[in-house]
Amino acid sequence: MTDFAWTGPLALTLAKSVALLVVLLIFIAYVLYADRKIWAAAQLRRGPNVVGPWGLWQSFADMLKFVFKEPVIPDGANKGVFLLAPFVMGMLTLSAWAVIPLSEGWAIANLNVGILYIFAISSLTVYGIIMGGWASNSKYPFLSALRSAAQMISYEVSIGFVLITVLLCAGSLNLGDIVAAQDTRFGLFGWYWLPLFPMFVIFFISALAETNRPPFDLVEAESELVAGFMVEYSSTPYMLFMLAEYVAVVTMCALTTILFLGGWLPPVTLSPFTDVPGPIWFILKVCVVFFMISMVKAIVPRYRYDQLMRLGWKVFLPMSLGMVVLVAGVLQFTGWGAGMGH
Amino acid sequence: MNIAAWFFYLFSAMMIGAAFMVISARNPVHAVLFLILAFFNAAGLFLLLGAEFLAMILVVVYVGAVAVLFLFVVMMLDVDFTELKQGFLQYLPAGGLIGLVVLIEVAFVVGAWTIGPVSIANVTTPMPPGMTNTMALGRVLYTQYVYLFQAAGLILLTAMIGAIVLTLRHKAGVKRQNVAIQNARTPAEAVEVRKVASRQGI
Repeated sequence: MTDFAWTGPLALTLAKSVALLVVLLIFIAYVLYADRKIWAAAQLRRGPNVVGPWGLWQSFADMLKFVFKEPVIPDGANKGVFLLAPFVMGMLTLSAWAVIPLSEGWAIANLNVGILYIFAISSLTVYGIIMGGWASNSKYPFLSALRSAAQMISYEVSIGFVLITVLLCAGSLNLGDIVAAQDTRFGLFGWYWLPLFPMFVIFFISALAETNRPPFDLVEAESELVAGFMVEYSSTPYMLFMLAEYVAVVTMCALTTILFLGGWLPPVTLSPFTDVPGPIWFILKVCVVFFMISMVKAIVPRYRYDQLMRLGWKVFLPMSLGMVVLVAGVLQFTGWGAGMGH
Repeated sequence: MNIAAWFFYLFSAMMIGAAFMVISARNPVHAVLFLILAFFNAAGLFLLLGAEFLAMILVVVYVGAVAVLFLFVVMMLDVDFTELKQGFLQYLPAGGLIGLVVLIEVAFVVGAWTIGPVSIANVTTPMPPGMTNTMALGRVLYTQYVYLFQAAGLILLTAMIGAIVLTLRHKAGVKRQNVAIQNARTPAEAVEVRKVASRQGI
């Protein structure tokens, strides 16, 4: 191998990553805007409508405001860890996008273990919260961080089992192959949301809990913990936490799309639908899932903590474990699984 | 030098540095964070070896679960490191002995590699061609070694039940909710509507 044979692919990967990052961040800005608008509409308010036409520049105005404010670091805080936490959170949530395929072959890294990679990354985001809560050296953030860590770990278990059922059906851990396995002539009825409907529901609810979205936003239950683990954060570090939260939500939307809604596949396998390019279907599906998540925020009241734990351990865990056994049994005895024919 | 070699040296150097910081950091929380960094670099080394499944499982299990518990314990307990370090000289011989044993083992492994390269090729279960390593591992674990694998699982289950039995306490007088009963309540039995006369109260 010559000395610089790898600089070409390396530069290409870098260019791809930067392009994806820019598109993703602009998308996040409008997801945030959509979230506020939908929430406002459900409450018969107008939502952001001052900055730009229909308030379209609101997210960018907010971003500028965060950046130009003074970052306050508490006196007793552990400075290094305090500043590291938001960066860890932002980096981890963004790095999950390295393996998400927007269309056939449109992933920066086509990993064989893509689904495990995303699972690993999402199980790491808990560190941002624990580090932030601990380093603030204050009671409320610390309590909130412990609470949130327990919550995220609890729901990861059921998410893990949901992923196992899907990958049993698809016979692969590669996200692209999982989408390809849903490519049948039944179009939208061949996607996994229908045969694995209970798992789809469990995954959706667990995704809400995993990303600390309402009704599971006990991390920042303002009535008891002021603002959760981010109480002591201000300006850019706070913005990074906020950004990470929304990136995680969109990642979960994308994951739902890939696992249950056929990724980039058209819903009907007929001409006008099949002519639309894959990425457009993908983004549309992500938006639909995000709309559902946003509506949940608007209409469902917050859970009590013990009920949240009960739901995770006593309802979802047995259900998803039972489904793993059931799906594995059905695939074994009918030979339907895509990866079974070896 | 190709890119894989660069990354190998990067991961190895960072791992050794992080491992050193684990034992030398003054703050126990920092020590755990460095341990996590070391785990990460180990996962990177696994990736370079082409063992992507092991790399991901290492991150999921050790970093995502085990180290979180470490961090919990270290944060909750007020560990005084100066007190712990007082016994340093006392434990030095035992620690040095363990280090020596590990060093000798490493020497054996490297020695076998240089003296008899044939022995390296003599792997018990070679990787079948055209198979991802997830599949290959699954096949080995669930067909060849299925009983041993299940036995290992049962041992872990026993340990788990043991931990639960040791810590489970039934306190008398704790108020608990029965969710089924809660859900079965109707407005008729839970809400009472009264007409309150003015200035009289209920």
